[in-house]
Amino acid sequence: MIGRLALSLISHLILLLLFAPLLQGVITKTKSIFGGRIGPPLLQPYYDLARLFRKEFIFSRTTTWVFLAGPVVGLVVPLLAALLIPFGGLPAPISFEGDLILFIYLFGLSRFFTAVAALDTGSSFEGMGAVREVTFSCLAEPTVLFALLVLARLSDGLSLNALLGPHLLDAWHSEAGASLGLILVCLFVVLLVENSRIPFDDPDTHLELTMIHEVMVLDHSGPALGMILYGAALKMMVLGALLVRLALPWQTGWWLSDALLFLGGLSGMAVLIGVVESTMARLLLPRVPQVLIGTSLLAVFALVLVLR
Amino acid sequence: MIWLVGGILLTTLSGVPGLFFQRDSHGGERIACLLTLTGTACGLFAVATTLISGKDADLELPWAMPGGTLALHLDPIAATFLLPLFLIVATGVVYGLRYWPQHENPTNGRKLRLFYGLISGAMILLLSASNGILFLMGWEVMAIAGFFLITTEEHKEEVRRAGYIYLIATHAGTLALFALFALLSQASGALMFPVAHTLPTAGSTLIFLLGLFGFGMKAGLMPLHIWLPGAHAAAPSHASALLSGVMIKTGIYGLVRLTSLFAEIPAWWGWTLLLLGMISGIMGVALALAQHDIKRLLAYHSVENIGIIAIGLGLALLGRSYHLPELVALGLAGCLLHVINHGLFKSLLFLSAGSVIHAVGSREIDHFGGLLKRQPWTGALFLGGAVAISALPPFNGFISEWLIYLGAFQPLKHPASALGMAVLAAPALALIGGLALACFVKVFGVTFLGEPRSKAAAHAHEAPKAMIAPMALLLAACAWIGLLPTTLLPLLNGAIAGWSGTTGSAQLAGTFAPLGWVSLAGWLLLTLLIVTGFRLHRRSRKVPRDVATWGCGYRFPTSRMQYTASSFADSLVRQFNFGLWSKRHGGKVPGLFPPAAQFSSHTPDAVLDRVLFPAFRGTARLCRYLRARIQNGETACYLLYVVLTVIALMTFLTL
Repeated sequence: MIGRLALSLISHLILLLLFAPLLQGVITKTKSIFGGRIGPPLLQPYYDLARLFRKEFIFSRTTTWVFLAGPVVGLVVPLLAALLIPFGGLPAPISFEGDLILFIYLFGLSRFFTAVAALDTGSSFEGMGAVREVTFSCLAEPTVLFALLVLARLSDGLSLNALLGPHLLDAWHSEAGASLGLILVCLFVVLLVENSRIPFDDPDTHLELTMIHEVMVLDHSGPALGMILYGAALKMMVLGALLVRLALPWQTGWWLSDALLFLGGLSGMAVLIGVVESTMARLLLPRVPQVLIGTSLLAVFALVLVLR
Repeated sequence: MIWLVGGILLTTLSGVPGLFFQRDSHGGERIACLLTLTGTACGLFAVATTLISGKDADLELPWAMPGGTLALHLDPIAATFLLPLFLIVATGVVYGLRYWPQHENPTNGRKLRLFYGLISGAMILLLSASNGILFLMGWEVMAIAGFFLITTEEHKEEVRRAGYIYLIATHAGTLALFALFALLSQASGALMFPVAHTLPTAGSTLIFLLGLFGFGMKAGLMPLHIWLPGAHAAAPSHASALLSGVMIKTGIYGLVRLTSLFAEIPAWWGWTLLLLGMISGIMGVALALAQHDIKRLLAYHSVENIGIIAIGLGLALLGRSYHLPELVALGLAGCLLHVINHGLFKSLLFLSAGSVIHAVGSREIDHFGGLLKRQPWTGALFLGGAVAISALPPFNGFISEWLIYLGAFQPLKHPASALGMAVLAAPALALIGGLALACFVKVFGVTFLGEPRSKAAAHAHEAPKAMIAPMALLLAACAWIGLLPTTLLPLLNGAIAGWSGTTGSAQLAGTFAPLGWVSLAGWLLLTLLIVTGFRLHRRSRKVPRDVATWGCGYRFPTSRMQYTASSFADSLVRQFNFGLWSKRHGGKVPGLFPPAAQFSSHTPDAVLDRVLFPAFRGTARLCRYLRARIQNGETACYLLYVVLTVIALMTFLTL
């Protein structure tokens, strides 16, 4: 029992810590191909992280200890949240009734400290980023809850392991398939918002006025910035795990093939994000809340379909 | 029980010796503090022994009043309300020693302490009373003492106004309660509280509606919250902590106690509370976001949290109507635990806000800024309270909301019944949580971080230890419930059994089993945070903080360029403008080289300022108009009235 727990804990952490930055590399590569460029190597995010961790800090004289609390929470939260969610066919090491609420609120904690750390610099640009971050995520939150309600209705437990269990395969073929399709779309939109991707936010823009997440971390430097980037990569993988499991609910029962299916699914998702980023323009900022309210309504519709 | 009576007497009379001291002497306040601490300790001892013995304690004394004996009764339901009360009263009175010292406030210090003791004693009395008259006596003393606490600074006009609105509201509520207890005594035959689960449902509609109005008015459920924001803002901070942390919970206690008396619960009771809870929660937090007076903002958060508590109670009521013991257990446990939790973190927030107001001399959030450097302890404690009230792990707010969420997911197991709509409580809670998070990022960020926005904030000082220690105690209590929630399970189980009349606690043990995992996750989170934080701190310790914030190329930023309380909340407030109707003045920038412009925004209360005042003004105008028509001074008209009255009387008599 303990041995299996330890094994599953270690395999989860190894998959997460090693694979997470690669997703960023895949996205950048996809965008480069679309743009007709060769682009940076796939492993560039790893090189960037290694470089940042060797560099030194620079702190503004306005900042306090809260400024460093942002990166710390931002790195620890996805690490802990990863232990609650199954990676494809590999069940989560920690699982209990109601862990989905803990999963959501952990990300709330990291949002709180990222935004507060941004305000700690006293810069109007970083304040702007904090405003947008809390506004958009708070509108995205009901969508996630509606989607989880749909999943909870189809399963017989309230843990993420039960919600994302093997029964999903049958559910896709039953009447509930339409609902699952709808919430898959909704969760993809939430994933783009939460990980600050186009069309909601542009992580590669050079104009501070148009950024959301990037502008919040303008003043971070060295290892703290590295922790933020690594934390963001982990977060994308953890939230992506929810989506990939929903879209590819197959389970072989063999550790290696399950892991490969999961990693393949994640890479596919990264390519999809890259395609979306290459083919869409950024939304006007006032449009973002409208899109989020729209996805909430879609998710409500999905819930009504399964409750009927 | 003798300890509880002693506790009530000591707390109630704690302010009396101070009346005999000189206006500027320390003796009175020290004696009051000592008496209150002893009183709360006695009360705590009484409650603790009752809980440990596992049997309800009773005290019955003969009484001259008709309709029953002087009866006190301690059970786990009362204990869940009493335990936070003792802690908050005790911390508040120690805090008050330095926050409102007698020699700085010779005119109102003695009055404040007298009524602080009176309201505390009255609340202990009403929470343990099991006689209708005794309950109403406690209720009325609490209401009146609350009025005097709010109007401590009676020389200010806004304070008097807030006090009068409170007085009118609370007496409207008490009127409903008089009718309620008259009906109850008719139904049960005596003024004593009937035995739980015995009252028939027949004729209960009016009783429930009266209770909902009377108790809901005290609790501050939207739209009955009209008195709350003004009153909490006007009172001194430790009095606000008591009013917001404890007094409004007596309304919830009334609802919980009232619903425990009935054998069967009609389903619409639960639906009503659930709906009111969702409205209070969402509108309360939206209104809070739009405020820029820190105490008004915290007061609106009380409306929000009462909403969350009402959602929990509504779910529990639905569970009783549809006979789902798990839903009852989760809903009521969430409701009662949130009562305790809100008491703890809201008092903590009011006390630390008081320490900021004490240092800066203003309640406007936009006059603060950069205070974490000047008040490191206050700032850290406020941050703890902010994380707790935003229901984030590893603090206590998360535990109670987690229980309510789990309750809201229960109806999914019974999709065929009409209960299905109750799952909407979950997304509503998520929205409330997201908005509360945004609001506390705003308060903490604008108040404690960045550069000082006023001279007073730049020269602020840290609060004395006697003010820090009570706050630290409250934060420790928040962390304790957040990290070791299972320690409160026996209390909650007892309250659930007493409320719902079921004794199947063995079955309920499975419902609460995941709490151990939540606790484990909390410890894991805390450990990881400390380890990572410590490593980062060690590496960055020696780096000098000597450069300016990156201004994106602009070299001369000022503190006025930072985000303010209004601009931070603006994008969210616009989303809720259908219910808030914020007033915006100025802000237009004309031409290419504009002159200096001004902008201000203000969000009046959605019910009081937008509905009630216009309605009352309209009624007053109508009455004035009618008076001018009817009393027009012409003798002929008056004679006509006499004739009409005589004719009306004669027709009435002949009929």
